[in-house]
Amino acid sequence: MALPEDAAKVDDRNLNAYYGEKMQVQNLSAFYGENRAIQDINMQISDRKVTAIIGPSGCGKSTLIRCLNRLHETAPKARVEGSVLLDGEDLYKLDATAVRRRVGMVFQKPNPFATMSIYNNVSAPLRFNGRPSRDELDAAVLRALKQAALWDEVKDRIDSAATGLSGGQQQRLCIARALAANPEVLLMDEPCSALDPIATAKIEELIGQLKKDYTVVIVTHNMQQAARVADNTAFMYLGKLVEFGPTEELFERPKEHLTESYITGRFG
Amino acid sequence: MNFDRAARRKYFSHGMTVLTGLSIVVIMIPLIAIIYEAASIGGSVINVAFFTQGIPYPCNSPPAASCQQGGVIVPIEGTLSLLGLASLFSVPVGVGAAIFAVEYGGERASARVIGIVADVLSGVPSIVAGAFVYIVMLAYDPSIVFSTLSGSLALSVLMVPIVTRTCEEALRTVPHSVREAALALGISRWKTSVRIVFVAALPGVVTGVLLSIARAAGEAAPLLLVLGDGCPHPLQGITNEGCALPLWIFYGATNPYHNWYLLAWGCALLLLLIILILSISSRLVLERLARRMRGG
Repeated sequence: MALPEDAAKVDDRNLNAYYGEKMQVQNLSAFYGENRAIQDINMQISDRKVTAIIGPSGCGKSTLIRCLNRLHETAPKARVEGSVLLDGEDLYKLDATAVRRRVGMVFQKPNPFATMSIYNNVSAPLRFNGRPSRDELDAAVLRALKQAALWDEVKDRIDSAATGLSGGQQQRLCIARALAANPEVLLMDEPCSALDPIATAKIEELIGQLKKDYTVVIVTHNMQQAARVADNTAFMYLGKLVEFGPTEELFERPKEHLTESYITGRFG
Repeated sequence: MNFDRAARRKYFSHGMTVLTGLSIVVIMIPLIAIIYEAASIGGSVINVAFFTQGIPYPCNSPPAASCQQGGVIVPIEGTLSLLGLASLFSVPVGVGAAIFAVEYGGERASARVIGIVADVLSGVPSIVAGAFVYIVMLAYDPSIVFSTLSGSLALSVLMVPIVTRTCEEALRTVPHSVREAALALGISRWKTSVRIVFVAALPGVVTGVLLSIARAAGEAAPLLLVLGDGCPHPLQGITNEGCALPLWIFYGATNPYHNWYLLAWGCALLLLLIILILSISSRLVLERLARRMRGG
């Protein structure tokens, strides 16, 4: 593999991962009680690329993404078979809270902590996972809000209630909060489905920025969105991974008949 | 024909509106009557002496020229220490049980058992709670059976289910998305439960505690068995005989002496006011919770 042009800018920690796969999903099945939501999923998630997961409602795409930070198992009677490797280590053999600090998540509906200010929301992962100094918190909040492209809009009301923000701002606040924990991977579960087109465009632009520093996995039912933001796309149907590949190929030259039917709108 | 039916429906509707309105008036009558009665008789003794002096020698003013009004500082102190101690016992237990039931509930049958236990416990007659504490204390140390400590234990038996139930409800009003948000940030389960979910539910928890205190404040039956009947002045610490407002209402009202009778009504008025204030403030706190959850 040829060295990328900007290899010099890549820091040592991520040099190996830069060329390879950040996460590998191996024979992953997830259950709710007796009900198998996803079945034998195998896919690779490239480092500092955006991977989209598309498919019709109920195909298991949300379940899959929730297995990538071990959130699936917090549901009643939920269990997982198979493995998910993060930098070669099986997530399911690590401590769940440690995994979630490395793999952040943004949800479908913005879910800022209603009882906290903007500042306290963003600093929450740091405050609850250690005893950082005020300076460390300030620096982390500033960085995260800037990364989430929210700083300019909230810098004058950083101590006011997070619930006073608009829906789109709240979602970027949730992104900032996830980034404040300094994760390596950012999972986004239909992050724009509750937002208007303008707020959606802002988030999509942001995703383009974020992939310089983070590996992003996004679940979306919006195929245009996947086509716009993702480097690789996975198409799921009825709990199975039908096709996975570079976004352009998947949309322009799908290998599977099912994929073609879905992206041309014949079902879904 | 059509007109008749429409008219009949209209009259029926109006009639039912009047009837339901009347039932509101009917439930208001006893409340207002009780407050009026307590205020008109007990109001005359509500003064500085009422809150500062001990219980007087019982007397009637016509035969005894200098029949003192006296005060109920001892029952007030007694009730405050009973409620303080009972809260100390019941709040941690009730809150703990509620957190376990709601936050760790999904997986264990024991979580559902807590709800059933709380329901049954809240149905236990208060005199039985008193008898239970009486037996237990008798076995433990007969010299402290009649004490503020026993009284507060009996009251906490009554308070625990109320705290547990209201606290459970308060925790359940916190949306699941809040828990997921916290867990997804790598915050541990315990910290999520206590420092995020519990804090968000705090107004509801406070409401539950206030309601349970209001319930315990008015209880006389269990205290009849375990508080002793001295109302010694001054009170001698928690392992000695205690005193309580509702209990003293019973003493005062069942005595033939006029000054005690008046003091008993004064106590009744005071108790009503305390319970009224507790109930109203619990409502206010709950409204704040609702506002907060809506994101105001």
